[in-house]
Amino acid sequence: MAETTHIEEIKPPVTDVGVIGWLRQHLFNGLFNSIATILILGFLVKVMPQFIQWALIDSVWFTSGQACHQAEGACWSVITQNIRFTVFGYFPYEHQWRPLVAMIILVGMLVYSREWSRWNKRLGYAWIFSLFVMGLLMKGGLFGLVPVESTKWSGLPLTLLLSFFGILASYPLGVVLALGRQSQMPIIKALCVVYIEMIRGVPLITMLFMSSVMFPLFLPEGVTIDKVLRAQAAIILFTAAYIAEVVRGGLQAMDRGQYEAAESLGLNYFQMMRMIILPQALKIVIPPTVGILISAFKDTSLVVIIALYDILNTTKSILSEPEWTGFSTEAYMFIAMIYYICCFSMSQYSRRIEKQLEYKHTPNQEEKPS
Amino acid sequence: MKLWKSLFIGCSLVAVSAGLAFADNGDTLKDVQAKGYIQVGVNGDLFGFGKADQKGVWKGLDVDTARAVAVAVFGDYKDRLRYTPLTAKTRFTALQSKEIDVLTRNCTQTLGRDTSLGLDFVQVNYYDGQGFMVPKALGVKNAKELGGATVCVLPGTTTEQNAADFFRSNNMEWKTVTIENTAELSQAFWAGRCDVLTSDASQLAGLRASAPKPEDYMILPEIISKEPLAPAVRHGDNQWKDIVNYAVLAMINAEELGITSANVDEMLQSKDPKIQRFLGVSPGNGAALGLDEKFAYNIIKQVGNYGEVFERNVGVNTPLGIERGLNALWTDGGLMYSPPFK
Repeated sequence: MAETTHIEEIKPPVTDVGVIGWLRQHLFNGLFNSIATILILGFLVKVMPQFIQWALIDSVWFTSGQACHQAEGACWSVITQNIRFTVFGYFPYEHQWRPLVAMIILVGMLVYSREWSRWNKRLGYAWIFSLFVMGLLMKGGLFGLVPVESTKWSGLPLTLLLSFFGILASYPLGVVLALGRQSQMPIIKALCVVYIEMIRGVPLITMLFMSSVMFPLFLPEGVTIDKVLRAQAAIILFTAAYIAEVVRGGLQAMDRGQYEAAESLGLNYFQMMRMIILPQALKIVIPPTVGILISAFKDTSLVVIIALYDILNTTKSILSEPEWTGFSTEAYMFIAMIYYICCFSMSQYSRRIEKQLEYKHTPNQEEKPS
Repeated sequence: MKLWKSLFIGCSLVAVSAGLAFADNGDTLKDVQAKGYIQVGVNGDLFGFGKADQKGVWKGLDVDTARAVAVAVFGDYKDRLRYTPLTAKTRFTALQSKEIDVLTRNCTQTLGRDTSLGLDFVQVNYYDGQGFMVPKALGVKNAKELGGATVCVLPGTTTEQNAADFFRSNNMEWKTVTIENTAELSQAFWAGRCDVLTSDASQLAGLRASAPKPEDYMILPEIISKEPLAPAVRHGDNQWKDIVNYAVLAMINAEELGITSANVDEMLQSKDPKIQRFLGVSPGNGAALGLDEKFAYNIIKQVGNYGEVFERNVGVNTPLGIERGLNALWTDGGLMYSPPFK
């Protein structure tokens, strides 16, 4: 760095710039890193050619299961030949465009909402409208769409549905619980503490079992609640408890002075929380919150155990067919990719929002927590 | 935390047992007729018994059994069935809580289940039994030589218990590898993580066919358990139980009488009084069950007799390739036997 201050321009040594410089700086700076680099390179050299041979060169893409048994490499046919069942599951075959359109709308809306500056009232209405359209597409029954009962919702739409609404509903619930836990009112506080600790004391699987196995027995005669809804409720209640604890962390991290300043301005409790405390506290806890939301997304795959067919379970179902048994590696790699894309976009999404909030030093309008 | 948890579980158990004790099992036939469809619990992942194909059309022996029930009640099965895929753990609760009206999900009938779970089993639609598959390289010729083996088994089913009983009663050491899902269980077996794969015999044949090299594996001759797979209904609704029972029996009886879906229309002209009574030409049976007189005719016409259903779903020309064996008619040395329809 210091060389640049010379009057006569001296080029840095050739080992500090260009490809060699980059290598030295990033891969071989120090003994430990050099050893790690060499080990990893050695591993890749050993593994990659075989993997490429298996996954690409020897692989088959559009054959039957029988032909796959003959093939040396990967049998991607297990995905290509079963893609519609994997993605849409039991949704009636000829109406599968409906969940497809619904998913496109959802992704489109999410992509559009990635800019914080676009979050205004109009976007809110657009969301309400598109949620209505998505619900209509999935459920049918209006405008000549054939009704499809929710037991037939499966595959990727079900995964997205459970996680989207799980996240959407558990976040505000978690914030309310966190505020309740901080509350001065003993009953509210006790209720929130009991709720949070009880939910955190049991695994999600227990909650799902409760919702699917025990809960129906408590209901009065003849009343049955939709299975998807029950699982959804279990996921929301579960995630909310974890969010609550993270938000509480944010609230406790706030300086006492903030509360006092707000009170000295004459703000009441709700004004104080809405305008002063929550916008700051929630911003602090974006990273851990997103961590919880991502794990909530992945946890939706646990609905397998109550026989809801999310995308993981539709895949398993395909693999139980004799023709395709034995190609689980390929099928699970595909599912892993889908999960990776979703989780990675979630974390990118949050970082983006985090950054946009970071630079806003003087927000002229109060921010609504998402 | 522990206190809360045990309190919670305690309360739930009390509530569940109370729920079971006071469950009113009412009139399923009326309910079903009022709503216009039957809710049926199926496996969802068991090829040949209950599984949807790539277009979401349900297929299998258990599915055809449910169709027979729907045909008996409504005269046809199209749009008359709503399938609920169930796991081994959720299947009985779904029946108790009235989420489903009939359970056709390869359930083994046992005394314990019949008495304490608040349900009734009807006519068995598949006699299964548990067997062993080994690699030929292991050099084992019968199950008694399996001492010290590592066994791949599905957890939480009667299968695991049967295997334990078998090894204990023969004073043999064994180790288990339990994996929740059949496909992965077989993968583990092909990969050599265990010496023996044990499952219902109906499964083993199909699994063997899906092996990378089927000729390297053999199924041992011993069958170590009885697994009568039967549909189940809620305990206490006798009329509904009769309907489900005789829907299954109608398929068996038809095979015995030589009636198939192809010749059932000609059989209407038959002079044989047994066939006339069975097909409702001479009335009585339908009214006794509270059904249409033609219910058996409709079942055979639309679903087929037991032999047809068997061959279509699990028989020798399917990937499962199962011989009739115990599931042949009693006249052919099997166990399928129907009381007279009169």
